[in-house]
Amino acid sequence: MIQQYANPARFNRLAKTLMPWFAWPAGILIVTGLYFALFNSPPDYQQGDTVRIMYVHVPAAWMALFVYTSMAISSAVGLIWKHPLAHLSAQAAAPIGACFTFICLLTGSLWGKPMWGTWWVWDARLTSVLILFFLYLGFMALHNAFDDPARGERSAAILAIIGFINVPIIKFSVDWWNTLHQPASVVKMSGPAIHSSMLYPLFMMAIGFTLYFGALLLLRMKTLMLVRRACGMSMAQLHQQAAE
Amino acid sequence: MKALTLILGREIRLALRQIGDSAIIVLFFVLAAVLFPFGVGPEPNMLARMAPGGVWVTALLAAMLSFERLFTPDYEDGSLEQLALGPAPLEMVALAKAAAHWLTTGLPLMIAAPLIAVLYRLPDAGYGALLITMALGTPTISLIGTIGAALTLGSRRGGVLLSLLVIPLIVPVLIFGTAAIDAAIGGFPVRQHLMLMGGFLLGALVLTPLATAAALCQALE
Repeated sequence: MIQQYANPARFNRLAKTLMPWFAWPAGILIVTGLYFALFNSPPDYQQGDTVRIMYVHVPAAWMALFVYTSMAISSAVGLIWKHPLAHLSAQAAAPIGACFTFICLLTGSLWGKPMWGTWWVWDARLTSVLILFFLYLGFMALHNAFDDPARGERSAAILAIIGFINVPIIKFSVDWWNTLHQPASVVKMSGPAIHSSMLYPLFMMAIGFTLYFGALLLLRMKTLMLVRRACGMSMAQLHQQAAE
Repeated sequence: MKALTLILGREIRLALRQIGDSAIIVLFFVLAAVLFPFGVGPEPNMLARMAPGGVWVTALLAAMLSFERLFTPDYEDGSLEQLALGPAPLEMVALAKAAAHWLTTGLPLMIAAPLIAVLYRLPDAGYGALLITMALGTPTISLIGTIGAALTLGSRRGGVLLSLLVIPLIVPVLIFGTAAIDAAIGGFPVRQHLMLMGGFLLGALVLTPLATAAALCQALE
């Protein structure tokens, strides 16, 4: 089934149909989620209104991991089946994931200042997310480091797969080490430890972020394909001129 | 196995002929380490406090400098292609390269480390831990560095890019290396830190040759 969409024209048609199904719900969910998060949910009994940072921080952190995982999977697909769109999807996802990671670090830092009294601590969760950010940057740098783009995308794909080892470390860092960062309170065996009035806006934001990522990924993949075609066309033109 | 010893022998002969390359790395290690007392001031307690981290960080930076030359000469003169065409699997070549790198760079760094520690006035209790963590950590760094070297083979700005890729991956070695030395100085048990470092080494020994071989394979494609 995935081989079918190796054809760029077919993929473009699919992307065109899917785009509104990602973009509109993403916009609606993020706007209503933000309304509930900022105005229509209770302040925390300890943290007061600063808890509202959570509605951006937590979904951004989930997305940072989700995007990296998707990048590693598409890199593996690209290396194993030599699927042309798989490398493209990894390339398109990297800057989006890096932005989510940056948002997560930034909002975490803004949240840490009033709650912990510091912008930054070197605990296991924060450090491993910072490393995730560097992995994203390394992926993008390696992608652009070669004169032959095919070489760059394969090298970067191997790096993405190696770096995946960091994802479970981030997930379990709060359980394995004593951290200032609190342990998981939404996804755990005994059910979420957050009241539903806070949980619903959080889920709205999380689903909204995921759909937003889907829309942005499709858009970036289409753009990258157009850029490649433009490059190919100008190269062909140069060859023609040289031949004349 | 025969291929492993043959490649290892070849690498060591080459390294001995250009002994200056290894010496420069060790020299960089010493010089970079000497910068710290100038930077933070010569106060003995402060130096002793930062000794474990100072030695480890400068050793890592010195190792970073050495990775760029790991595959480049062989790649440029075509012997890497011959190695890939030969009967030995590429994983074996990668392992032999990492072993040779450790013998020519990691081991000299490890020998120089106590010397730096003396300059920093590391407390006596820390020397044993320093040597053991170096013995467990430097081979891990060599193994992870070979992946970076293989991935950046033939790229523009190889050296800086290599550091950007490798440094995030070796942070755990640094954390547990310095934690073990700190624990030894403070009189706490060091066993769990050393066991984790041993675990990193064993894991790297199994996994990194696969990754390096995959990277070399696509570099030669």
